[in-house]
Amino acid sequence: MSLVARHLEEHNIPTVIIGSARDIVEQCGVPRYIFSDFPLGNPVGLPYDSEMQIQIIKMALTLLEEAKFPRSTIQTPFKWHTHKWRKEYMEVNDSNRAILARAGEIRRARQTERKNTN
Amino acid sequence: MNDEQFDPAYRLAVSYIDKSRHFYAAQGYEIPYRWAVNGEVPFQKMTKPLSECNVGLVTTASLPNPDISLDFDPGILQIGSTYQFPTTPTPPSLYTMDRSWDKKATHTHDLGSFFPLDHLKSLVKEKRINSISDHFYGAPTDYSQRKTNQNVAPEILTYMQKDKVDVAILVPL
Repeated sequence: MSLVARHLEEHNIPTVIIGSARDIVEQCGVPRYIFSDFPLGNPVGLPYDSEMQIQIIKMALTLLEEAKFPRSTIQTPFKWHTHKWRKEYMEVNDSNRAILARAGEIRRARQTERKNTN
Repeated sequence: MNDEQFDPAYRLAVSYIDKSRHFYAAQGYEIPYRWAVNGEVPFQKMTKPLSECNVGLVTTASLPNPDISLDFDPGILQIGSTYQFPTTPTPPSLYTMDRSWDKKATHTHDLGSFFPLDHLKSLVKEKRINSISDHFYGAPTDYSQRKTNQNVAPEILTYMQKDKVDVAILVPL
């Protein structure tokens, strides 16, 4: 999505990204970015919290208007109710290492199958 | 790690680049994915007030397939095509389960949490923005940066130019 934003910007359309994978977006380099420090999936705010979601959209619009330079990042003031997702997402540990290795084999087989049928 | 207090000896913001590298290495992918890195960043200044702007919305989610449950997780990214779809009426749902997001910590049952079309409509009523483009745009994730640069991004641009989009809001899941 960051690459799409860059392309639009190169063709005179100002952009703002609202997202939660800060390192990926900033390493790619985008003009304007609203960072939600939430688990991936709800960058615009907590599910069913319309008030928060509207506030985040308004932050994005303000950033569109006020950013003077590229790589302008604003972090929302909102926090998720726990921290454990930070560790648990895509976690690799002794309890799942064998399962992941097997999942990788299955995934590769499916990818090969898909390539062969395309 | 204590769940109430984060240990300040560790970085707070999650590094998805690090996490995905470890995760896929554990799956036997020996060569790590190389994320896009750019030094230069384009920047287009606003040329008119937002209250006069036609706003385009881009999502990485897909249009639902009536034959596939919204909750079905295929466990593998389905490489989809870009698409445009009318913004009126707001679609009741979008399909997200083949994308990478934290399915354990949260859910995507509330469209407003990742696809803020109704919120933008309310901001048109408040005259914060002038209008929303006739379509919203789908840019499903593609691992290939070459395809994203050569196909996905130009297609989204073409849709937006036809719809006379002035500014774009992009919301990856």
